[in-house]
Amino acid sequence: MLTPVEIEALRLSLYVATIATIASLPFAIALAYALARRRFPGHALLNAFVHMPLVLPPVVVGYFLLLMFGARGPIGHWLDATLGIRLIFTLKGAALASAVMSFPLMVRAIRLAIEAVDPGLEEAAQTLGARPVDTFRSVTLPLMLPGILSGAVVAFAAGLGEFGATITFVSNIEGETRTLPLAIFTATQTPGGEAVAGRLVAIAFGLAIAMLLASEALARRVERVIGRGPER
Amino acid sequence: MRADASPTRIDVALRRQLGAFRLDVAFAVPGGVTALFGPSGAGKTSIAHAIAGILAPSSGHVRIDGVTMFDGARGIDVPAHARGIGYVFQDARLFPHLTVERNLRFGLERSRGRPHYAAFAPVVELLALGPLLARRPRALSGGERQRVALGRALLGQPRLLILDEPLASLDEGRKGEILPYLTSLRDAYAVPMVYVSHTIDEVVRLATHVVLVAEGRVVATGPVHEIFSRADLRAHTGRRFEASSIVDATVVAHRPEWMLTEVALGDATLTVPAFEAAPGTRLRLRIRAREVALAHSEPVDSSIGGRLSGRIAEIVLRDGPYAEVLVDVGGASVWALVTRYSVDRMALAVGMPIWCLVKTVALDNRLVSPAPPG
Repeated sequence: MLTPVEIEALRLSLYVATIATIASLPFAIALAYALARRRFPGHALLNAFVHMPLVLPPVVVGYFLLLMFGARGPIGHWLDATLGIRLIFTLKGAALASAVMSFPLMVRAIRLAIEAVDPGLEEAAQTLGARPVDTFRSVTLPLMLPGILSGAVVAFAAGLGEFGATITFVSNIEGETRTLPLAIFTATQTPGGEAVAGRLVAIAFGLAIAMLLASEALARRVERVIGRGPER
Repeated sequence: MRADASPTRIDVALRRQLGAFRLDVAFAVPGGVTALFGPSGAGKTSIAHAIAGILAPSSGHVRIDGVTMFDGARGIDVPAHARGIGYVFQDARLFPHLTVERNLRFGLERSRGRPHYAAFAPVVELLALGPLLARRPRALSGGERQRVALGRALLGQPRLLILDEPLASLDEGRKGEILPYLTSLRDAYAVPMVYVSHTIDEVVRLATHVVLVAEGRVVATGPVHEIFSRADLRAHTGRRFEASSIVDATVVAHRPEWMLTEVALGDATLTVPAFEAAPGTRLRLRIRAREVALAHSEPVDSSIGGRLSGRIAEIVLRDGPYAEVLVDVGGASVWALVTRYSVDRMALAVGMPIWCLVKTVALDNRLVSPAPPG
């Protein structure tokens, strides 16, 4: 069975990916909607900004996180002083790094889903008396559910594997920020750690396959619920 | 002020540039069913969208029953969700994630504040939607989808119902299935309707008024009989061989032994192939001009079942060998398409008494329908 070190790494990774996914989902939906359906000044700029983590080296993203959310960074200082939240060298910080890194993937998937929703259905909802928020809640949102789901799955998977920004921003602290990929990295750097690394890699494999199967099953179910999949 | 028997209920003036296409229309019509009739690309759907509030005109106004929905000069633009104007789209646009029943209730649940005149059960019954309620839209046929869309829009308790070519996406057989539903909906509920179409059959069967649209402009507005009888509008209302007269007649009696129905048109009697309707029912007949012949005396020894005596009101010489003769037959006007040679040979002249001859078989059930009320 799993050793305490392996369980700890797995637990931290799952925690980081879960928090990162849940916390960034509402922002990703709002941003994806704005990018897909609204035209406003700065549209292209915002789009480029959202995609930055995808094109920058993760270490650079981690560096910027240090600058902004570090103990003396403007946001990090404010969070610590007013809310008592410390992000640097903590698990919450690891979640933030994961969220930032996987955010563009999530926004992209959700945006594609919104663009696939026929605006004619939204028009129909309006002629039936639905206000814009009502239209979004009762028509657009349910129809983009598959996109939200796939966005969340991709972000969760990316969150599990985040390495560069995490190690730069929150370091590699055993029991605090040593997630699965960091634990594998540590093992490979330790003399005689090949066996440990191998077991951790096997865990990562098993996790990936389990997630893939679960997301497929969930996607089929959602498709059926929103009336796209085969009738039972 | 004089009391008007049919006050204006839909008052529309719209201007909008759409790429190279310029929309500039104005019309005012009473309730009933108003057809926006014209060729594809004439701007009919743009007009319908502007009335519903899903396309913003650059100027003009939209008033329904005296309520201003849009007024460019006064800066009024009521959003679509607050207009209370139901819309049946050409492609149905049912919500795929909801069952038929939830689709039907979508507008109903959002219709607070307006008088409720269409209850769920009667609408389901009228449109025969009962067996479909638990299904999803993707499991419906094209015709079923349009029936659900119709019910959904009606259950939103609209003050105006717009039907935008609701039959255009259906094949001929399905159209024939849906038309009777449209007729019974029109007769069961008093909601004014705007019916967008480029098919003369549908317009004649359903509409009370016609707004003739071409190239982004209104060519003419008036009652169906009038618009389709006017020779000067022929270019817009149909090709030469489609020229028709629209007349309303009353069912007098049925002749089941011959499978015929007798109808009264003014003082005269016509026979049509058996049409199921109680005596006294008003029917609308579309008589094709090319199916009408003229004679100086009543041809009592002929097979022709429809013999209408009248006077020539107008003679219009057409291109080629053709001429159209308008005959006033006591309360109705009937066009006859004959040759110019016949006009000359028979020495036809305006004011002359004449017999109009209509073969019974020319009035098949596709050309006979219940007349709109009022």
